[in-house]
Amino acid sequence: MSYLYLATGLAVLLSAIMDRKKTLVALYIAGQKFTATLPAFLTMLILVSIVLFVVPDTMISHYLGNDNKFIGIVCASSFGSLTLMPGFVAYPLCGILLKKGVSYMVLAAFTTTLMMVGILTYPVEKEYFGVKVTIIRNVVSFFIALLIALVIGIFFGEL
Amino acid sequence: MMKMQKKTIRFLAMSAYGVFLLASFLLGFSPGKQIGSNFFSFSIEMLKILPCAFVLIGLFEVWVKKEKVERHLGRESGFIAYVWVILLAGTTVGGLYVAFPVAYSLYNKGTKLSVVFTYIGAAAICRIPMTIFEASFMGLRFSFIRMMVSVPLVIISSIWLGNYLEKRNYKIMAGK
Repeated sequence: MSYLYLATGLAVLLSAIMDRKKTLVALYIAGQKFTATLPAFLTMLILVSIVLFVVPDTMISHYLGNDNKFIGIVCASSFGSLTLMPGFVAYPLCGILLKKGVSYMVLAAFTTTLMMVGILTYPVEKEYFGVKVTIIRNVVSFFIALLIALVIGIFFGEL
Repeated sequence: MMKMQKKTIRFLAMSAYGVFLLASFLLGFSPGKQIGSNFFSFSIEMLKILPCAFVLIGLFEVWVKKEKVERHLGRESGFIAYVWVILLAGTTVGGLYVAFPVAYSLYNKGTKLSVVFTYIGAAAICRIPMTIFEASFMGLRFSFIRMMVSVPLVIISSIWLGNYLEKRNYKIMAGK
């Protein structure tokens, strides 16, 4: 995380040395773009806060551990599409579930949809790419995630 | 008129949400407090990343010439364009919500659609810090197989979606 600040700071410094006026324009553009998307980000945050309350980690763990692999995958990909979790929360959770005996295939379905499919990021994605593209991209990503889960299942001998 | 109405509804909904949180904290309504703390912890997480991301986008907008982006990532570019954006995606931090504004800037500078979608997909699944994290909890074998399967699928589906939209002369229209 601190690398991000370091890199950004260096980039701004370098830019200012080369052309101060251009740098000010860049910062202005940054501010403009940020405030323009702020309502979309706010909408997303509100949705996230509510969904994380309705669908807590404990509930996800419960459903992913289902003995039936098919039901497990359906639940995993639904939860993964619906919720939003940073990697540093999601992977330790998956690590625990793995030790509990949840299959790699189900966890692959969960993490991949978590990363690629974003129902909660819809307000932000739509703001940039429009409704049509957003829906197509998410549907395609969902099927890609299922395919990945399937291949993982084959390689780990879980099918 | 429609736009005004939408904005008003959004504003009212957000205000209602704010009042609900405030009331929950004052009256000690625990579901409301839980939602409030979710909101704040996620906001802080995003506020750590977004300002830097937008400053970098701003610098990209003023310093990188359109012709240059077009040549390397535009219609005339070859397969190497996909490699470039996947490498760029690898260094992306945060989540999809950071990738969208970056992807949009790439698109406006003349990047072709299939390359833009590859960037978004790769930013979701190929972020280097995240993959290291994944491997440490799920095992190297898992991460390796996942990468090997997902990267080609992302490229193929992006080419398909990009071509499909470009054939129909589809223009990306923000918010529509």
